[in-house]
Amino acid sequence: MTTIVDKVIAGEVRTVARLIRDIDDGIPEVRETLKALYPHTGKAHVVGITGAPGVGKSTLVDQMINRLRKKGKTVGVLAVDPTSPFTGGAILGDRIRMQRHSLDDGVFIRSLATRGHFGGLTQSTRSAIDVLDAMGKDYVIVETVGVGQDEVDVVKSAETTVILVIPGMGDDIQAIKAGILEIGDIFVINKADREGAEKTHSDLTLMINMDLKKYEGGKWKPPILKSEAVFDKGVEELLEEIEKHRRYMAEFEKGGLTTLRSEKARAELAELVKNRLLEEVFNRLIDSGDFDKAVESVAAGEVDPYTACDDLLLSRIDAIK
Amino acid sequence: MTQKRKIRVMVAKPGLDGHDRGARIIARAYRDAGYEVVYTGLHQGPMEIVQAAIQEDVDMIGLSSLAGAHKYNFPKVVELLKEQGVDDIIVCGGGIIPEEDIPELKKQGIREIFTPGTSLDEIVAWVEENVHPRNREG
Repeated sequence: MTTIVDKVIAGEVRTVARLIRDIDDGIPEVRETLKALYPHTGKAHVVGITGAPGVGKSTLVDQMINRLRKKGKTVGVLAVDPTSPFTGGAILGDRIRMQRHSLDDGVFIRSLATRGHFGGLTQSTRSAIDVLDAMGKDYVIVETVGVGQDEVDVVKSAETTVILVIPGMGDDIQAIKAGILEIGDIFVINKADREGAEKTHSDLTLMINMDLKKYEGGKWKPPILKSEAVFDKGVEELLEEIEKHRRYMAEFEKGGLTTLRSEKARAELAELVKNRLLEEVFNRLIDSGDFDKAVESVAAGEVDPYTACDDLLLSRIDAIK
Repeated sequence: MTQKRKIRVMVAKPGLDGHDRGARIIARAYRDAGYEVVYTGLHQGPMEIVQAAIQEDVDMIGLSSLAGAHKYNFPKVVELLKEQGVDDIIVCGGGIIPEEDIPELKKQGIREIFTPGTSLDEIVAWVEENVHPRNREG
């Protein structure tokens, strides 16, 4: 076990890759490894990038890697794609845009599928972030399709969240308004050469300005940038804003406002406990065969599902007490 | 109920030919079989494929070639994996591969070659039988 930890800290690619697999596959032994790794985390700057499919996330990340490498920074990337709810399979294609970095040992790229098993995307991605952090990467970039609650949660575990949009997606802005606006630290309008970029810019500005009170007292007000990631335009400006935000966060925390840190700790711990509970209790139900028996009774109309649920759980919860 | 490991495969196109219809169809078939499929896109060098496969911790690499470079590229991938100390990633190939090349490719460590006419079901059945995600070790 110690050797795994040492190897991760030494940045050994194979060990890191396998550990992330174990995390994703829900192998119980990884818990001990993660415990031992935790003291070695907290050095990387974690950047979340989210936006609808096709807005250019992977292309932007590719250009960010390129520029960060030129500045001598090492980069870890977690590219999350959805699992098919029908087959459980997934095509993970984000790498296509980033393959030019595959021979660079300062870059580690890993594709993850959302899966949707217990433990969930959020927790396993968060653990994978910790691993890349402990491995010594200066930046960890997490790329997700920002559609579901899980993705929003993942983004919440980033220190700087970048929301990527493209012009002409009026409804998309509406969607952002509904959920994601609150979590965006930086907004980027990609493909800004397209018609409607100005309109999108003014829509976003308007939305952010509706909440001006939020930014009083020197609080961070999300900048709105324009980029053409394919042509490497606007990428440097984005990195500058990310750096500014990083410094802001450092100051913010120094100023005694540790609420941010405790919010993160609360979210992470709540999720760990919930997942673990679900895993332990539900797995035991399945293993004991009681669950299948209850399923049959409900299907046969012998008992209603609410009573079946009570029967399954109450005795066990008493046992925990 | 122990969580069953999910099979992860990489579909890659080494060399310069730009025909990836076949690779994409295979990728979809694997997805529909419930695997996680990392697709690297076109024009990959053997070393790029190997490094990506290691970072992604896949159980198998499926190489696709339609323009005759398989005799160099396929064995090169196997060789580079060995050089990197990797002995548990299976390498398969497919595409326009002449029958007479197959024995030599297999001798060089390509586990199976799928030529045109092989059904997707056969390919998936082969994976089911031959690819087993590794057990836990350091």
